[in-house]
Amino acid sequence: MQNQKKLKTVSYAKWGYLFILPFFLSYAIFSLIPLADTIRNSFYEYYAFGLKTVGPNWTGLSNYISLLSSDLPKYAWNTFVMWILGFVPQIVVALVLASWFTDARLKIRGKQFFKVVIYLPNLIMASAFAMLFFALFSNAGPINNILLNMGVIGEAIRFMESTLGARTLVGLMNFLMWFGNTTIMLMAAIMGINPSIFEAAELDGCTHLQKFFKITLPQIKPLLTYTLITSLIGGLQMFDVPQILTGGKGAPDRTTMTLIMYLNKHLQAKNYGIAGALSVFLFIISAILCWFVFKMNTDPDPDGSKSAAKRAKKGGNA
Amino acid sequence: MQEKRSHGREILAHVVLIILAFLCLFFFYILIINATRSHAQLQLGFSALPGSSLVTNFKNVINDPAIPILRGVLNSLIVSGCCAAIVTYFSALTAYGIYAYDFRLKKAAFTFIMAILVMPTQVTALGFLRLITNMGMDDSLLPLIIPSIASPAVFYFMHSYMQSSLPKDLIEAARIDGSMEFSTFNRIVLPIMKPAIAVQAIFTFVGSWNNYFIPALVITSKNKQTLPIMIATLRGADYMNFDMGKIYMMITIAIVPIIIIYLLLSKFIVEGVTLGGVKE
Repeated sequence: MQNQKKLKTVSYAKWGYLFILPFFLSYAIFSLIPLADTIRNSFYEYYAFGLKTVGPNWTGLSNYISLLSSDLPKYAWNTFVMWILGFVPQIVVALVLASWFTDARLKIRGKQFFKVVIYLPNLIMASAFAMLFFALFSNAGPINNILLNMGVIGEAIRFMESTLGARTLVGLMNFLMWFGNTTIMLMAAIMGINPSIFEAAELDGCTHLQKFFKITLPQIKPLLTYTLITSLIGGLQMFDVPQILTGGKGAPDRTTMTLIMYLNKHLQAKNYGIAGALSVFLFIISAILCWFVFKMNTDPDPDGSKSAAKRAKKGGNA
Repeated sequence: MQEKRSHGREILAHVVLIILAFLCLFFFYILIINATRSHAQLQLGFSALPGSSLVTNFKNVINDPAIPILRGVLNSLIVSGCCAAIVTYFSALTAYGIYAYDFRLKKAAFTFIMAILVMPTQVTALGFLRLITNMGMDDSLLPLIIPSIASPAVFYFMHSYMQSSLPKDLIEAARIDGSMEFSTFNRIVLPIMKPAIAVQAIFTFVGSWNNYFIPALVITSKNKQTLPIMIATLRGADYMNFDMGKIYMMITIAIVPIIIIYLLLSKFIVEGVTLGGVKE
């Protein structure tokens, strides 16, 4: 019997390889080879100068050194600031909404309507959304017009000409595009909490706030961490919105220039050496974040409850 | 007391939700209103009521030879449609290969895909561009479609869905009935996977429809541009000399099809966000 099973496994194995072949072939050709080529280019002096191309000449780490002495730290900081401006309101609002939507005692009319509406911006073309914001928030645009007519402001606000204004607009768009998605993910996590925990807390006279901070938050901590990491990866890739909003310039004074906008600039200019070094830099950060995601997705005991139970049992036995 | 507090919470919740819903819809409301007004009307200031230039704006947009928007819609439809089909089919095929068969590299293959699950494509863009140029595929729609055969996130979704909804006995039963492995996948597994495929097809379509970074680097000629690239050209130098009615109309053409699809399938999509892929 066992022999037979073994035979069967051997004879079907080739189908497994065959079925996963297209994926791995495609990934090798369109991602692994380009990755190797990107890393290789980062060690060469290789750039376009007018119509001429300089290089490729081996230069070791000089691309990395010149990159670190460029405005790269500034662009990394810009990216981080604009990510935070979107992420903090996103996670706070999503937590509040998710706990309201899942609270059986709270009667919300039109729950389905609200869910549909808050998720909507997530599906909107980011570049078109940014173009729309550019038109709406321009100096003579509708937003200034409405605020002037309502008497809220005395003169038009030059949103795109101040660092705070431009960064806040990017943050606002990121918030609008992602808070609905996060709300729905958190809702699923909260609904996965054993309801008897909440019931017991209610019997003990817990208030809503106590239930939220003492039960909901600790219970969904793994998903919150997961959301944080995936959002960081998304933030690292921030491009469409600031690129279109500022016309690729990162105005004012390159304070909204993100890392990928900088990469895009070098790719467009065919500065392969510097673009390569920048890509390697981004690859290393991404790989670290990927490792966290990998750990969380493959961890059989994500919230530590199993190991805690084991420890408790051990303690009991001893 | 308890009753009263709950009432206050209810009011608060509704107020907050209405403000957020307003924020989400307001910008699109202005967009659609402004797409119906002429450049001259728009210069006069904002009005909450629609104008009468919807058709004129539309005609101006589709007759503009500088930005062939209908061609852009067609290109975007081709890329997004093909991607949706390829991504779902090959992701399901890969997931089935790993789910249903035992082979030596099975665990390694799964671990590898999980490790690259959220790796951004931007980090290999340089090598990718050089590769497709060497392959003679630059300035073509193909490099926007073919690489999507390897989509780790969709694979993961399909694999999770199979674990919950595809009993292995069924595959065994099909074998006993003499079904060949490949036709078992096509005729038995795919129909069972329909809900997962539908959800992922929609998300892939939308993602591909909105994709800007790589297409903007790959495509150089005007008649191969997808919609996001065309929208980006609006932001170019002579923005100030542009007919604003046309700008709003072009943005409308780029995003309204997605809004309509979404509103038709909203319940299904909102549920699909968490189907299978959720960590608890």
